[in-house]
Amino acid sequence: MAATADWNGVIARRRDEIIQGWLNFLRAEGALQTGRIKDAELQSECGRVLALVAPDLAHAGDRSPASDELSQTLSALSRSRALQGFTPSETANFVLGLKPALFGAVAAEYAGQGDLIAAATLDATRKLDRLALITIEAYQRSREEVIIRQQREISELSTPVVKLWDGILALPLIGTLDSERTQVVMENLLQSIVDTSAEIAIIDITGVPTVDTLVAQHLLKTVAAARLMGADCVVSGIRPQIAQTMVHLGVELNVVSKASLADALALALQRIGKRVTDVPQALAAPDYSR
Amino acid sequence: MDRIPILKMGDALLITIQVDMHDRLALALEEDLTAKIAATRAKGVLIDISSLEIVDSFIGRMLDNIAAVSRMLDADTVVVGMRPAVAITLVELGLSLTGVKTALNVERGMLLIQKRLRGLGDFSGRRS
Repeated sequence: MAATADWNGVIARRRDEIIQGWLNFLRAEGALQTGRIKDAELQSECGRVLALVAPDLAHAGDRSPASDELSQTLSALSRSRALQGFTPSETANFVLGLKPALFGAVAAEYAGQGDLIAAATLDATRKLDRLALITIEAYQRSREEVIIRQQREISELSTPVVKLWDGILALPLIGTLDSERTQVVMENLLQSIVDTSAEIAIIDITGVPTVDTLVAQHLLKTVAAARLMGADCVVSGIRPQIAQTMVHLGVELNVVSKASLADALALALQRIGKRVTDVPQALAAPDYSR
Repeated sequence: MDRIPILKMGDALLITIQVDMHDRLALALEEDLTAKIAATRAKGVLIDISSLEIVDSFIGRMLDNIAAVSRMLDADTVVVGMRPAVAITLVELGLSLTGVKTALNVERGMLLIQKRLRGLGDFSGRRS
């Protein structure tokens, strides 16, 4: 049986040399250019990872006792990389950059023993590639966590129901209406209708970027549900482009619609028998600003 | 079998559903109501479903039917007090009860019916 490379020995003897080669590679790739990470920090990370890589490489099988700790360390590293805004290739390059330095060290250590170098290189490549994949996976996972958190925040921001007057509610919708949000919106609106015994609800869609057939259907559902509770709905804030698109698509909202929230409020006040009038100058409130 | 009482209040009939509706009860109600409208010449029907927690497509359709039958006998139907969850269920079932008038509570429903009765004054020979 051919002799195998003594990785522990090689790395112990040539530690500084390997780390220097690794750092040079990373610097050449521009890891420091963006200023997101400092040279000293990078150096200590390299040292920590190398100390864990050594037993993993020395182990004959795929998974050594150090594997778990190694993958945890790398996962933590790439998570922080992802949060700092590094690209996926920069993150993977951190691990892959160890290869040239390591191979250089092995070649120098076993000069003249071609077979041994080839076998050691192949083995190390396989293991390091697996580590690079671990970092990429962790990177991806942490990016997805960010997306999920943002989604949750957006849905929490959504849809307050505002009382404009006794018996008049406004529902300013912002963002796209999908079925999940429609459900929340509908429940909020109906509960508010019960709580405030509102007669009219104004649904303002100024903040809805696009209205396609699906969104229109969701709007109509909300209107129908409010009607079943005995409240009329007025839709306001349909922007000119959206109105055009809706007509082109053949979407019809068979509800009262007004161009602006102000018009809708005027209509609502009229329906509940209220009127807004100018106050004669003599009766106007005194000006306290002077 | 128990039946749902139908109360006469002036020109309107008041029905308060306070038990879980099952299909036979609903059918019995439809029959009783039709007979009562014909007998009393009522002009409005007010159905209070504020204690109704569960509706299915059958009950939804029955409400629609009652409204259609009442209209044929010249009485308006107003459904009042629907719960939010019930409203959402009906809409999801595709039953938006377009033929039925709705109001938030009994008081508002009565106002709706009275408004119609005032409008009808000229034709029925009665003035209120």
